[in-house]
Amino acid sequence: MFNINSLEQQDNQDKLWDKVINYFRKRSLWMLHYCTGCGAMELPPVMTSRWDMERFGIGPMATPRQADILLITGYSSVRTMKRIIRTYEQMPEPKWVLAFGSCTVNGGMYWDSYNVINNLGEYIPVDITIAGCMPRPEAILDSMLKLMDMIQAGEAKAFRKYKENYAYYKANQDRLFMERGPVLESAALRYVHEETEGGEA
Amino acid sequence: MMTVFNIILYSLFAILVGLIFLGIGRKVAARVHLRYGPPFYQSIIDVIKLMSRESITHNFVMDLGMVMALTGLIGTMLYIPIAGHIAFESNTNIIVIMYLMAIGHLGMAMAVSASGNPYANIGVSRALTMMLGYEVPFFTVMLGLIIYNQSSSVMVINLAQAGSIWNWNIWQMPIGFIAAEMALQAMMGEKPFDAMIAPAEIASGPMVELSGRYLGLGFLTKAVGVFVETALIVNFFFGGGTSVITFVIKQLEVFLIAVIFDNIFPRYKIEQAVKFLWIFPMGLAVIQLILLAI
Repeated sequence: MFNINSLEQQDNQDKLWDKVINYFRKRSLWMLHYCTGCGAMELPPVMTSRWDMERFGIGPMATPRQADILLITGYSSVRTMKRIIRTYEQMPEPKWVLAFGSCTVNGGMYWDSYNVINNLGEYIPVDITIAGCMPRPEAILDSMLKLMDMIQAGEAKAFRKYKENYAYYKANQDRLFMERGPVLESAALRYVHEETEGGEA
Repeated sequence: MMTVFNIILYSLFAILVGLIFLGIGRKVAARVHLRYGPPFYQSIIDVIKLMSRESITHNFVMDLGMVMALTGLIGTMLYIPIAGHIAFESNTNIIVIMYLMAIGHLGMAMAVSASGNPYANIGVSRALTMMLGYEVPFFTVMLGLIIYNQSSSVMVINLAQAGSIWNWNIWQMPIGFIAAEMALQAMMGEKPFDAMIAPAEIASGPMVELSGRYLGLGFLTKAVGVFVETALIVNFFFGGGTSVITFVIKQLEVFLIAVIFDNIFPRYKIEQAVKFLWIFPMGLAVIQLILLAI
């Protein structure tokens, strides 16, 4: 499914310079938090005086152009997926995605909902997922520290995966948006469809 | 050849000191919030990271404008004496400084308007309106200084305050100092005059479309701007410095006062800010002028 070989080739090309620059990258992570679902309430304790993530150089940023991390909290509906994908593609490389909460892993308590995606990793590449409903603020801070270690080791390369396997992600995104058209229109069509089916039976 | 070397040395010094000031400012802000805060060299790390990132440019004007903003402020810095050392000797520093300081803001305005983002345009229009607000009182205070010292050279004003701490202009013209300090708050874009940045409102305004090394240049511009503005206040009111170290320490004090005010005030709307700047600092500056004339 994934084009592993070329990724490994790129990894081998990492030079000393990359290791030096990785230090600066891991010490200055700017975060764009996309909190349309639940979970926005777990971020303020991490940012403010209780856990203070600015100690590690992590700070919130206002726009995708300036951000290194895209933090997606909680469930994302099909409508917000379009915005998430646009936001992700607007971010300059290198960029990392943190998926926060069970809903981004397997749908969580909304697993059978008609308008919520189940696995975020099928649509955009996710570096770290934080399981739990809700995860504690400590879990966010821990995932950030884990991401810093991964960046220093040169392992956090999901954004390259997106470029290498764009066809896979694009197909998934298209399938998602094709299946679910405008809510009201599709509801009307289904009603008509069921009526005709019922009539024939 | 010596001049070129001087220019490079002065600009590197200003950038480094400005970046460390910004880092110390973040640390102090964190302590005001009862947080631990980032290390004092955090801004340097940020700039190096930004310089190594992918950068998205929109057109040639954007590239040109960002460089123009930085070079405009560095050009200003070269005319300001740092504890008696100056890159370009001149008898009419203040006039040159008044002209060149605007170039930084105009370059930034040119660059971010070229990106075409509506938030950036709102931010730029607010920044230029704010410039109108703070330049009038600040230049009125400068006029008072020129009249008092009968010279428009920063060096002469600097040397006139030498000797004792009681010769400093902060004691000679305290009302003008308060007016200049208020204008400085707006000049550095700190609260309550940060309507042009306003991250929660217009998504960081002028910086909204800047990525990678463009934002890095923006950071450097901000750093040199902080250096220039605090250096002006130190030269005008705190008697410069006997050595570079005392000069930088005085600058840091001026900057930290601005940072602490930044952390305890909410934000003015743009029209409120301009109205405030044209009534209170302007009024104080005019009172100071009248007192000097008497």
